[in-house]
Amino acid sequence: MVVVDVAFWVLGLVAVLGGAVVFVVDSMARATYGLAVSFVAVGVQVLMLQQSYVGVVIILMMVMEMAVMAVYMVMFMGMNPALMPMSMVHSNRTALAAAVLAFLILAAGILLVDWPTRRGNPQPDVTVALGEALMGRQMLVMAVISPVMVATIVAGVVLAAPRTRYDRLGDDLRRRPADDHQPGGVGR
Amino acid sequence: MGESLESSLPRDGVLPVVTVAPGWGIGVVAVLGALVIVAAVLDGVLCARSAGSSLGVGGGAGRPLGEAARLMRQRRRTTVQADTLLWRVGGAGLVVAAALMVAVVPLGRWTVADLDVGVVWFNAMDVMVWAVVWLTGWGANSTHALVGGYRFLAHGLGYELPLMFALVAPAIAAGSLNVGMVAAAQDGVWFAVWMPVAFAVYLLGVAGFSVWGPFAPALGVDIAGGVRAELSGVDRLLFETGRYALLAAGAAFAVPMFLGGGAGPVLPGWAWVLLKTLAVLSLLVWARRKLPALRPDTFMELGWLVLLPAVLVQDLLVAVVAVWRS
Repeated sequence: MVVVDVAFWVLGLVAVLGGAVVFVVDSMARATYGLAVSFVAVGVQVLMLQQSYVGVVIILMMVMEMAVMAVYMVMFMGMNPALMPMSMVHSNRTALAAAVLAFLILAAGILLVDWPTRRGNPQPDVTVALGEALMGRQMLVMAVISPVMVATIVAGVVLAAPRTRYDRLGDDLRRRPADDHQPGGVGR
Repeated sequence: MGESLESSLPRDGVLPVVTVAPGWGIGVVAVLGALVIVAAVLDGVLCARSAGSSLGVGGGAGRPLGEAARLMRQRRRTTVQADTLLWRVGGAGLVVAAALMVAVVPLGRWTVADLDVGVVWFNAMDVMVWAVVWLTGWGANSTHALVGGYRFLAHGLGYELPLMFALVAPAIAAGSLNVGMVAAAQDGVWFAVWMPVAFAVYLLGVAGFSVWGPFAPALGVDIAGGVRAELSGVDRLLFETGRYALLAAGAAFAVPMFLGGGAGPVLPGWAWVLLKTLAVLSLLVWARRKLPALRPDTFMELGWLVLLPAVLVQDLLVAVVAVWRS
């Protein structure tokens, strides 16, 4: 069990250092993948808490997200789209003050909260138990909100798109194939 | 949840797989290495045959080994201001991802890691390939290599979601994310038989994360070799080994997911797993020359407008069957 404890703390350290690396390095790729290492360490920690599904999904989603984020970071950040070395920090004083304040509040919370002691044993399926503890009776509400949120995203993209179907398919919507700047693969 | 778990257990109530000591992981990696050599030799033979040259040890069959020897002696190429750390992480990552994939694949009755969410684990490792391939492209500080990295991510956005939902189908039918349970749930009819769309999309996904066949434009000659443009020596050998290893790991994972695991007459379970893996691997290697390249800029639409709906309908049918059965 000592080995597991040590591994858990080492992973915690890796997670914190991986997060700190983001602000130290001078490359968008290194910053992004420093963050990815941090997330993977957290994912493995969650795995060690027997929350297998949540742990593996954290690794899956975060690595994918960082792979995509690296592309956007390199494209859009900085004066010369981040292909060159660049600083990862700005507004240092404000950021430092905000960070210290946030740390103090969170640390105080950890120390001051009256944490409950364990009653009984963990359920056999801790993932289900976690889901019910988090969602409880709000499950139905969340299940309804999810499609609404997806619809909002789609609607937002549709409203933001500069070209409409009339630009693509002509005034009578009969032009085939459509006039696209970036042609698709199925010849719509 | 507890009920569905119980119903997916085999009738006699015995757990389908036994977890072996972690030390056997070395054995698993050795098997993976053997599969890599078989796949590379087969590819060499097929290459030589299409070129009309000799197929023997001196020709096509010996080509991969000769190439490995050549690369091991080759001096490492350096580029200006390369991000060496990320470059090496990327080059070595493919092999690691493949090894972590096969860790959850049961070889007959035995498995190294009997993870209760093995299917998601495999999925997480194939997503790891996104990072690894892009990092290989990024690290060299070379335009062509970076273009290759972006091509791979463009393909990835297209194939990953269909692949994920293809993996969902066997998991729904088995009522479990445990790979051994999924294999055990196929008594009689293999999942490949009654969920062919998911199986086909899965195989396409394997080609995708192995940067293989139709998904090779990330390594295209039109961009001077793409991701591997600046890779040389042992780095290049490791990268190529990683591609074959991913192909082999994908083939091995198809066996418990779609091809009934170790089920089969006469031979023991482990032998059937290896035979089926070799069959799928050969199919993937053979298909390399038979399928056209999928353009990275147009594949996205194919993936999301054709493959994704197809595999979602497949999932729906599987879910209806699963509900109707229970």
